[in-house]
Amino acid sequence: MSTHTSESPGAVAEEHRPATRTGRIADYVDQRVGGTSIVREFGRKIFPDHWTFMFGELALYSFLILILSGTFLTFWFDPSMSSTTYDGSYAPLQGVEMSVAYATALDLSFDVRGGLFMRQLHHWAALLFVAAMAIHMLRVFFTGAFRKPRELNWVVGCSLLILGMGAGFTGYSLPDEVLSGNGLRIIDGMIKALPVVGSYISFFLFGGEFPGNEVIPRLYALHIMVIPALILVLIAIHLFMVVIHKHTQYPGPGRTETNVVGYPVGPVYAAKAGGFFFIVFGILAGISGTFQINALWNYGPYDPSPVQAGAQPDWYIGPFEGVLRLMPGYLGDFSLEWLLPMPWGANNLALPVLIPMIPVAVMFLGLFIWPWVEAWITGDKREHHVLDRPRNVPTRTAVGSAVATFYCIMWGMGANDLIATHFQLSLNDITYWSRVLIFVGPVIAYIVTKRVCLALQRKDREIVLHGNEAGVIEVLPHGEFREKHSRLNDYELYTLVAFESPEPSGPVPNAKGKVTRTEKMRASLNRWFFEDRVAPVSREEYLEALSHDHHEPHDAGIEASASQGQVGARHH
Amino acid sequence: MKALSQRRRHPFAGVALLLLGLLITGGLYAAATTINEAQASSTEDYSSADVDEGERLFVANCATCHGINAEGTDNGPSLVGVGAASVDFQVGTGRMPMQMHGPQAQKKPPQFNDEQTMQLAAYVASLGAGPAVPDDEYLDVDQGDPARGGELFRINCAMCHNAAAAGGALTEGKFAPSLHGVEERHIYEAMTTGPQNMPVFSDANIPPEDKQDIIAFLKTYESQGTPGGFSLGSLGPVSEGLFLWTGGIAVIIASMVWLTSRSS
Repeated sequence: MSTHTSESPGAVAEEHRPATRTGRIADYVDQRVGGTSIVREFGRKIFPDHWTFMFGELALYSFLILILSGTFLTFWFDPSMSSTTYDGSYAPLQGVEMSVAYATALDLSFDVRGGLFMRQLHHWAALLFVAAMAIHMLRVFFTGAFRKPRELNWVVGCSLLILGMGAGFTGYSLPDEVLSGNGLRIIDGMIKALPVVGSYISFFLFGGEFPGNEVIPRLYALHIMVIPALILVLIAIHLFMVVIHKHTQYPGPGRTETNVVGYPVGPVYAAKAGGFFFIVFGILAGISGTFQINALWNYGPYDPSPVQAGAQPDWYIGPFEGVLRLMPGYLGDFSLEWLLPMPWGANNLALPVLIPMIPVAVMFLGLFIWPWVEAWITGDKREHHVLDRPRNVPTRTAVGSAVATFYCIMWGMGANDLIATHFQLSLNDITYWSRVLIFVGPVIAYIVTKRVCLALQRKDREIVLHGNEAGVIEVLPHGEFREKHSRLNDYELYTLVAFESPEPSGPVPNAKGKVTRTEKMRASLNRWFFEDRVAPVSREEYLEALSHDHHEPHDAGIEASASQGQVGARHH
Repeated sequence: MKALSQRRRHPFAGVALLLLGLLITGGLYAAATTINEAQASSTEDYSSADVDEGERLFVANCATCHGINAEGTDNGPSLVGVGAASVDFQVGTGRMPMQMHGPQAQKKPPQFNDEQTMQLAAYVASLGAGPAVPDDEYLDVDQGDPARGGELFRINCAMCHNAAAAGGALTEGKFAPSLHGVEERHIYEAMTTGPQNMPVFSDANIPPEDKQDIIAFLKTYESQGTPGGFSLGSLGPVSEGLFLWTGGIAVIIASMVWLTSRSS
C-alpha cells in the first residue's frame, strides 16, 4: 500500500496534464503536499449520523471558539497584581484602588471596542465546553462506547474533562475581583486541609501567605499556555484514536461489528460538521450578545475580608462547593477539626474539608477506571463497535444514574442559598435533607433505574412477540372484544432483539485448577451485574408467538404468515 | 508616708472608685447612645393631633400583636424607642401590618397612605426616643459619591444582599431582600433601624454622609442597567449555569437533531 502511494504521484504527473489553470495549480500543490492521498484516506472515513454523536464535536468547536476569543482577550488583559487606581469609564469604580488585572479586565469590558462581547463569548463558551464534554461522556458511558478497543480513549476523554475544569477554574480566578478571590480562597482551604503537606503546598502555590502577589500571573501562565496546550495535545490524540478505531454506531439492521453505516466525511459529513461549527458559533454569539455573564464590575477589587451573598463557582466546580456546604463541622458535640501532634509542632487536620474530597476523588477515579472494572466483572474482552441501548445493560445504566444522582445532589447543594430564596425554603432544612439524600438518593436512583430498564426490556419483548397496540378495538362475530395489534417490520424487529443478555457466569478456576478469592469476588460481582436479566426474544419464541396468531382472525393470520416467511428466509 | 497611705485607703475609697467608674461608663454609654441616635426623633416635628390619630390607628391595626400601649406581646416586640424611622420603613414598605407569621415579614403593597404612616410614626416616636425619618439632604443621591458608596456597600452589605444587591439567603427561611426599586428613604431607614434580621448600622458605625454614598451607589447601579445584556437576575454563576444547561443546550440539541435528520 505504502509503496503504491509513494509511486503514484510521480506516475500521475507523467501522464496527467491538467487542461485548466486552476487544475495546474492544484496539481502543482498536490504533487508537493500529497493532498489526494489525504483526502482519499480521510475523506472516505464514514461517520454514522445521529444527533447524540455530535456532543464531542460541540466540545471541540466550543474549544476553538475559546481559543479565538481568548486570544483577543490576551491583547488587553494584564495579569499583574500590582496596585493601580481605576480611571476607566465605569463610574461606580472610578478612583478605587485595585490590581492591574482587575483594572484591565474592566477596561476590556468598558473601554475596548467589542471587549465585553468577547469576554462574554469566552465565558459562555467555557461553560458550554465543559457541559458538552460532560454530556458527551454521559453518552459514551450509557451506550457502552468505552469498551474495547476504546478504553484508552475514554481515559483521554476523562483527562480532557479534568483539564477543561482546570482551564475554567484558572480563568475564573484571573480578573482578581471578590468573587474569583473567594473561589481561590476555597481552593487554598482545600489545599491547606491536606494533612502536614497542605500549608507548604499552599505557600508554594501562592508564593507565601494567601493571597500574596504571585498567584494571578501564575494562574495566567497555566490558563493561556500550559492547560490549553495539554488540551490540544489530548484532543489530537483523542481524534486520532477516533479515526483509528472508527466511530461506533447504534444497533440496527445492517450494522455489525465489522462495518460502519453512515456518510463519508467528504462531502456530506464535512459540510455538516463545518456547518455545525458555524451554528455553534452563532448560538454562542447570540447568547453572548444578549445575556450578561460574570458581571465582574459588580464584585469590586479583591479584598480577603468580604464574602458576598450568592458567591458561587461556575457550574462545573459547583459539586465541589456543594459537598463542602453539605459537610457538617461538628457531629453533635464532636468537633471534626483536630490537631495532629508532630515532632515540629501541631499540624491542623481539617476533616470537614478533607472528608468531602474523598467521595469526589473516588468518583473521578472510578470514572477513569470504569472500562477495566466493567470488563473484569463481565469477563467480556471482545471488541465492541455496536453500541448498547442503555436499557439492555440495566446494571451499568443503574450505576451510572446512581453516580449522576450523587453528583447532582452535590451540585444542587452548591446553589443551596438560591434554592432557599427562590423556593422560599429554609436553608438549614435543605442542608439537613441533602445530608440524608446524598446517601439515600443514589440507592433510590440505582433501584429505580434498574427497574425501569428491566421494564423497558420487557416492554420490548412484549412488542416483539405481540406487536404494537393499534388502538383499534374489534368485535369478533361471537361477541368478543379485543384490541388489534400491528406487528413490527423486520427492521424494527432487529433493533429490539439484536442484543446480548448473558447469564451470570460462575467462578472460573485458574491454570492450577484453583478458584482464587479474587475470582470468587469477580464471580459474585458478575452475578450482581447480570442476575436481573430479560433475555432477548429468541427465534423459537418469536415463531411460537406467530403460530398463536394463526388461530386469530383472518387478516392477522395473513400478516403473520407473511412475516413468518420472511423470518424463515432470513435464518435459513 | 504611713498617714498618706492610710488616707488613700479610706474605707469609702472603694465605694468612691466604684461610683466614679459607674459614672464614667454610664456617661460614656449615654454619650455613645446619643451619637447613635444623632437623628433621634423628637416629637416636635409631629403635632399632637398626628400623635392622637396615630394612636387611634395603632390601636385598631397594630395593638393585637404589639400590645395596646405598644409594650409588646408574645406575638410582637415592644415598639417603645424604635423610633419613627422604624415605622416609616415597616409600614411604608407594606411589611407591617404583617400578613402572616413566618421567618420574616414580607414586602407587600403598603396598607396605609403616607399621611397615616406619618401619624403612626408620630405615635411610636412619642413613646420613646429612636431613629427619626431621615432628612431629605441625606437622600439626595446627586450629592453622594457612588464609588465610595460601592466600597462601603461591598464591605458592609454585599455579604447578605449580594454584590449586585439582588438579595441572598439567611438561615431558616430568612433572607436579605433585593434592593432594586427600594426608595432612598427606606434604604436609609433600614440602615438606622435594622429591620427583620438586619443589623443596625448606626450613625457611629456608618455616618449619614456614608449612608448617602451607599444610596447613591445603589441608585447609580440601578439606573445604569446591565451593560452585558439580560442580567439573569444578577445572581451570579448559578443562574448562568442554569441558563446554559437549559436554554443554551436545548437550542444546540435542536440544531443537532435538525442537522442529523437531513440525510444529505
